[in-house]
Amino acid sequence: MSQTKASVSELVRHWQDVPGGLMPALWSIQNAFGHVPSHAVPEIASILNLSVAEVHGVISFYHDFKTEPASAHSIKLCRAEACQAMGVRALETFAEQRLGVKFDEQGPLVCLESVYCLGLCACAPAAMVDGKLHARLNEQKLGKLIDECESTEAGAHD
Amino acid sequence: MTKTITAYVPADASAVALGADDLATEMAQYCASAGIELTLVRNGSRGLTWLEPLLEIDQGDGHRIGFGPVTPADVSSVLRSIDEPGSEHELAVGRVEELPLFAQQQRLTFARVGVTDPLSLDDYLANEGYIGLQNALQMSAQNIVSRITESGLRGRGGAAFPAGIKWQTVLDASSNSHPVGKGKYIVCNADEGDSGTFADRLLMEGDPFCLLEGMTIAGIAIGAEQGYIYLRSEYPVAHATLQAAIAAARDRNYLGDNICGSGKHFDIEVRLGAGAYICGEETSLLESLEGKRGMVRAKPPLPALAGLFGQPTVVNNVITLASVPVILAKGAQYYQNFGVGRSRGTLPIQLAGNVRRGGLFELPFGISIREIIFDYGGGTLSGRPAKAVQIGGPLGAYIPEPMWGTLLDYEALAEIGGMLGHGGIVVFDDSVDMLEQAQFAMQFCAIESCGKCTPCRIGSVRGVETLEKIRANEDRESNLILLDELCETMRDASLCAMGGLTPFPVTSAVRHFPEDFGGEQNA
Ligand SMILES: Cc1cc2nc3c(=O)[nH]c(=O)nc-3n(C[C@H](O)[C@H](O)[C@H](O)COP(=O)(O)O)c2cc1C
Ligand code: SF4
Ligand code: FES
Repeated sequence: MSQTKASVSELVRHWQDVPGGLMPALWSIQNAFGHVPSHAVPEIASILNLSVAEVHGVISFYHDFKTEPASAHSIKLCRAEACQAMGVRALETFAEQRLGVKFDEQGPLVCLESVYCLGLCACAPAAMVDGKLHARLNEQKLGKLIDECESTEAGAHD
Repeated sequence: MTKTITAYVPADASAVALGADDLATEMAQYCASAGIELTLVRNGSRGLTWLEPLLEIDQGDGHRIGFGPVTPADVSSVLRSIDEPGSEHELAVGRVEELPLFAQQQRLTFARVGVTDPLSLDDYLANEGYIGLQNALQMSAQNIVSRITESGLRGRGGAAFPAGIKWQTVLDASSNSHPVGKGKYIVCNADEGDSGTFADRLLMEGDPFCLLEGMTIAGIAIGAEQGYIYLRSEYPVAHATLQAAIAAARDRNYLGDNICGSGKHFDIEVRLGAGAYICGEETSLLESLEGKRGMVRAKPPLPALAGLFGQPTVVNNVITLASVPVILAKGAQYYQNFGVGRSRGTLPIQLAGNVRRGGLFELPFGISIREIIFDYGGGTLSGRPAKAVQIGGPLGAYIPEPMWGTLLDYEALAEIGGMLGHGGIVVFDDSVDMLEQAQFAMQFCAIESCGKCTPCRIGSVRGVETLEKIRANEDRESNLILLDELCETMRDASLCAMGGLTPFPVTSAVRHFPEDFGGEQNA
């Protein structure tokens, strides 16, 4: 734990004198640990001269910041209009059933997350799996990506 | 004699998502084993997304022959085919520059995208890059701003506000005293949250120096020394590309102190968002840049007078800023000669969803919706009849077939109750359920509302419930009236366009597709 703490302060100190440095500081922590651990919050607050409430407020406002350790793999499926037009609603059901989780719940191995547009709307439906982009998905392709997640322990988190 | 070729495989996110990285690897391996001397360029995407990954091969005569979409398994047959005169590979599309759907475009802002190596500053300079900046450095601040005003350039982020007028306000404003804020700022809105849009991404990944140049010109024009690009986190490829381009520009004195020996200073930092749609709204974006929750600010004060860290700030969309270099290089008149009515210049139209040839087409304002869907897009990918298009992102109206003669310009779309927004068009075939689309619009607003005002925060949740009842044919008539009233309240009493415009997709769906709200069929 003490090692984690030291690293948190190292990461945050980098942003100490940067105007509006809280967001990049949170990103650097999440990139290093996969989430923003709650025990890190007081330290972030004190280094950046903010209140604990302010830091909590920011973490909770943004969908991307996670406060719990992330599953080994993440599948972010785009659920927005261009992907809907190409049948993503059926893929949503397919993915939930295959993985046995609901959207935006932590699964034991895979977290299935909603995103609204990946900018791949001309080759929809699209997803980001462990930071890698995939387009023109169908059940077969998505099924294969799920298989790959389930057959390996840990993925690279973006 | 060893054979020498230059091959282009896009590093653009859409090409990568369709397998371009594997294709590039296979090209390198195959050429090494076949004794072909290969120069591999990872270009941007030309926007012809249906052909991605589009492999282009130049055998030394300066002509780029295209093949697409290419998988690694096609590499050997493609490379053998270029050696056999008269043979035509089944994936061959001919000279890419001469493809009608490419050649018919007016690529002003996207002139280099897909053509050059996005991270080669030399390539940029060899293709008219930084001419606009060199011109700007010889001009007075007022003259630069006036040239933007005369060009007729309007903001491409959605609201279509004249860019020159915004710059003038910031030029004329004086900075305020603030504990953190210094001077004035240029903020590039690269949040591109609208579904169905990807022009910003294509530009940033395909020609990042063009955006940097536009921001630098803006900085010199209004007297700012610091710029920020607020980029959505869903764009990892754009992030890496921008970081590398900024480093290269600093290295060669196009950013930083004493830009090109002018004595002027301007630098740019990229900041990542964190998955909040509302942070595309400019005041929410500024809050986020300041390290706060992305709560929308009440206006006034305008960001132009008190924006980032309380200072006068230009907030412009990526495409707005990336259109600045060509205006400074070729003149206001050149740009303003394109377009119709009060919509001047070109619009990168993004065609997406259920369409055979999806992608980006940069055209002068004034092409009809029907021409885009059919002449460019080739109709639906499913082959079923097209039923509706949504234009302008999740807050844009659904437009039915009888209205597809409407021209794509800001005023013409407003006249039919639509909104051009960022220029994204999503095509739906006849299997779409418009009640489901209306419900999603409300749902999206409920998820993404910043929560500051009741009509948006609560109204959207009520909207979802009401549509559920209409689907179940529960008091259908009175619930349709209730929905209408909800929409009216959201439209009139929301602080920003998130709550204010969500009624557009909803009411347009109800009005134009009443059969989908009919109760009996859905009960
Ligand atoms: C809910 C909401 C989301 C928005 N999202 C974006 C966006 O993603 N990108 C953008 O450039 N403008 C977006 N805008 C518009 C901005 O508020 C602002 O008008 C724009 O950045 C100004 O730049 P421009 O004049 O160059 O268009 C959004 C507005 C609203 C109300
Ligand atoms: S309309 Fe919605 S998003 Fe806009 S300020 Fe109000 S609550 Fe926030
Ligand atoms: S709507 Fe799904 S990628 Fe844009």
